[in-house]
Amino acid sequence: MSQATLRVQKISGHAGSVPGEDTQREFTVCKLIDTTTCIGCKACEVACVEWNDLPFGETVFDNTYQTMPQTRWNYWNLILFNEHEREDGSLMWLMRKNQCMHCADPGCLAACPADGAIVQYTNGIVDFQQANCIGCGYCITGCPFDIPKMNPKTHRVFKCTLCTDRVSEGLEPACIKSCPTGCLHFGTKDDMKDLAEKRAKQLREHSNFPNAGVYDPPGVGGTGVIYVLHDASNPEIYGGLPSNPHVPWTVKLWKGPLKWLGNVAMIGGLIGLFVHYLRYGPKAREEEDIGPGGTKT
Amino acid sequence: MSHPEQIIPHGHILRYNLRERLTHWVAAASYMYLLATGLAFWSPWLFWMAVILGGAPVSRILHPWAGLIFFASVWMMYVMWAPQMKHTDADRKWWAAVRYYSTNQDDKMPPAGRYNAGQKFLFWGFFWSAVALLASGVVLWFPEYIPWNLRFLRYLSILIHPAAALFTIGLFMIHLYMGIFAERGAFGSVIRGDVSIAFAKRYHPGWYDEIVGESSSPRK
Repeated sequence: MSQATLRVQKISGHAGSVPGEDTQREFTVCKLIDTTTCIGCKACEVACVEWNDLPFGETVFDNTYQTMPQTRWNYWNLILFNEHEREDGSLMWLMRKNQCMHCADPGCLAACPADGAIVQYTNGIVDFQQANCIGCGYCITGCPFDIPKMNPKTHRVFKCTLCTDRVSEGLEPACIKSCPTGCLHFGTKDDMKDLAEKRAKQLREHSNFPNAGVYDPPGVGGTGVIYVLHDASNPEIYGGLPSNPHVPWTVKLWKGPLKWLGNVAMIGGLIGLFVHYLRYGPKAREEEDIGPGGTKT
Repeated sequence: MSHPEQIIPHGHILRYNLRERLTHWVAAASYMYLLATGLAFWSPWLFWMAVILGGAPVSRILHPWAGLIFFASVWMMYVMWAPQMKHTDADRKWWAAVRYYSTNQDDKMPPAGRYNAGQKFLFWGFFWSAVALLASGVVLWFPEYIPWNLRFLRYLSILIHPAAALFTIGLFMIHLYMGIFAERGAFGSVIRGDVSIAFAKRYHPGWYDEIVGESSSPRK
């Protein structure tokens, strides 16, 4: 089991075939975050830093309960605290655990030019391989969730690995392990989807959250991290969770039609010039052959 | 207006002075490095080019600096040549007859000055591409410092940079073809600086007249 889950199905910047692509049927893993039962205790933040041996940096106080304004290269898991006033005037205190979403169609991987710097395992985990990273930061541009962060010292990019090292040994990610309320779940995508829908239904029918729903955005092919939200119609209130995330269209245009067009034009241009030379040759064989006014003597 | 100081013994004329030649080769060297490393980042099939140039991380670090050198040399060309690169009526006529130029019937071409209309197009193409490459390149140099609410700058740059680079590659291929293969004598002129009188009369009769101080037609 342990090695099988690390079979790779997508590789960034890779020429040729991908070893693990379509060779094996495997369950896609998924983390379920139920924002309605999160109490903002930050145990997951601590567990993440501990398990991944991340050097601890200074926290930043910005008048909220948040540890810092954004995730960092060495702080992959951050609970975002937002106060939201509902239409009836009542206040909601929203807490959303923010980290890499492990998109099925990852924008970071699409944008990455370095062979093997970003891989997607057959279990769906998107993982950065810093040894292959060249520090260009294209993944930062490709990500619709503002997740990859550059280490300014080593110029390598880091993010949540979904605890690949634990998952490949059959363990749940560290954040899941630490959650005291059970708002975090880990399992197959199908199971988590099912559990999330049940919880959303419960919220709609019994808890006066008529817009409760599951966040699993189709624009990026679905994600390996899904949320249950009190108000799925307005995810932006949860610290700017995009309502319809996509890989930026300029990235798609660049990696799709422009690449195709550019390669055809470059190869066509080389062939064209070569054929032109065969057909017409140099304008004059030797400089000395040229007479006045451009006529050959 | 004649420039007898540009006439060199043994039937040659100075076409590019040392400053022009040096600028050209600084631009050429930096451009070729940018091309190789840029193509490595463009396609996985060409990634090996960054590997043989010292590894992709090194290429990522040096590419922007080479870009600054390239832009500086293009800017120097702008300072030296921009007045000579103005589009004129003669250039309009040149473009109208470009099919004769591309099929080596140069005797049917309207007379060109120091630079023909195609060379002027190359110059302005490279100049404006260099401006676009610099502007988008600065964003791609430090993407991690572009704040999230200005992310459209990253989205724009990641498209403009390769598009402008592809345009320069087209210009570059034609430039190499003309300079090395099509016009014998052109490559030597940007190394040694001089061309034969025959070359000057054939390709740049207007410029030749200017040098020797004749205002009449190139036929004499």
